[in-house]
Amino acid sequence: MVPVSWYIILSSVLFIIGTAGVLLRRNILIVLMSVELILNSVNINLVAFSYYHQDLRGQVFSIFVITVAAAEVAVALGILIALVRNKAALNVDEIRTMKG
Amino acid sequence: MIFFFIFAVIAIVSAAGVVTLKNPVHSVLSLMVCFLQMAALFVLLRSPFLAVVQVFVYVGAVLVLFLFVIMMLDIRQASMTRFISGGFSWIIALLVILVAEMVFILSRSKFADMTVATPGRLDGTVKEMGIALFTKYLLPFEIISMILLVALLGAIVLGKKELR
Repeated sequence: MVPVSWYIILSSVLFIIGTAGVLLRRNILIVLMSVELILNSVNINLVAFSYYHQDLRGQVFSIFVITVAAAEVAVALGILIALVRNKAALNVDEIRTMKG
Repeated sequence: MIFFFIFAVIAIVSAAGVVTLKNPVHSVLSLMVCFLQMAALFVLLRSPFLAVVQVFVYVGAVLVLFLFVIMMLDIRQASMTRFISGGFSWIIALLVILVAEMVFILSRSKFADMTVATPGRLDGTVKEMGIALFTKYLLPFEIISMILLVALLGAIVLGKKELR
């Protein structure tokens, strides 16, 4: 039987890796992927607690998290395509203005 | 327990690969491996429906979208740029503070000896999830469907050729 603390440790390690990706990398695609990694680490926590409490709420909320992440990726990639088409910038340091 | 170690180690290594690899295509493939390991962990946690949703939505839709966008854009010039920009010492300090905080909180928590409350009551099957989603969580379910619709429309509007 795997104790729940191992799942929490795995989830926090993945969370920290994702945060490092958001903060350190300057490629906007890698930043988006790191945000996905953060959301998934939270999902691991939710499902682990759902299993250890034998409660369905964690799984339901993790489905909501997956849905919101999918919507976020769709909108973010649309914004990214518009941005690259207008300015040809993939580096988050070069994106300073919100005008198209 | 041995399966948990296998999946966790592969997930951590591939998640580190997402951040450290230079080519964005390699990052997407590494992220795909990481998400598949997470789906396997969901199977270990007796929630097979969520594992299937993870494989379909993330590996099947989101990462294919990422790959599509990377292939559509010209990434050669972007991947040749500097790996880490200058002036990142405060970022390292922030990460160290975050790690210390996590270690502190986890060392003070009482989850180490937590076991299953009433074993065998919950299976996470499609039936249980459907009953929960359509009775108790009907309003959030409908709101989330509206959010998906709005995101779809927004992606279409943003992806059009001329923003007028």
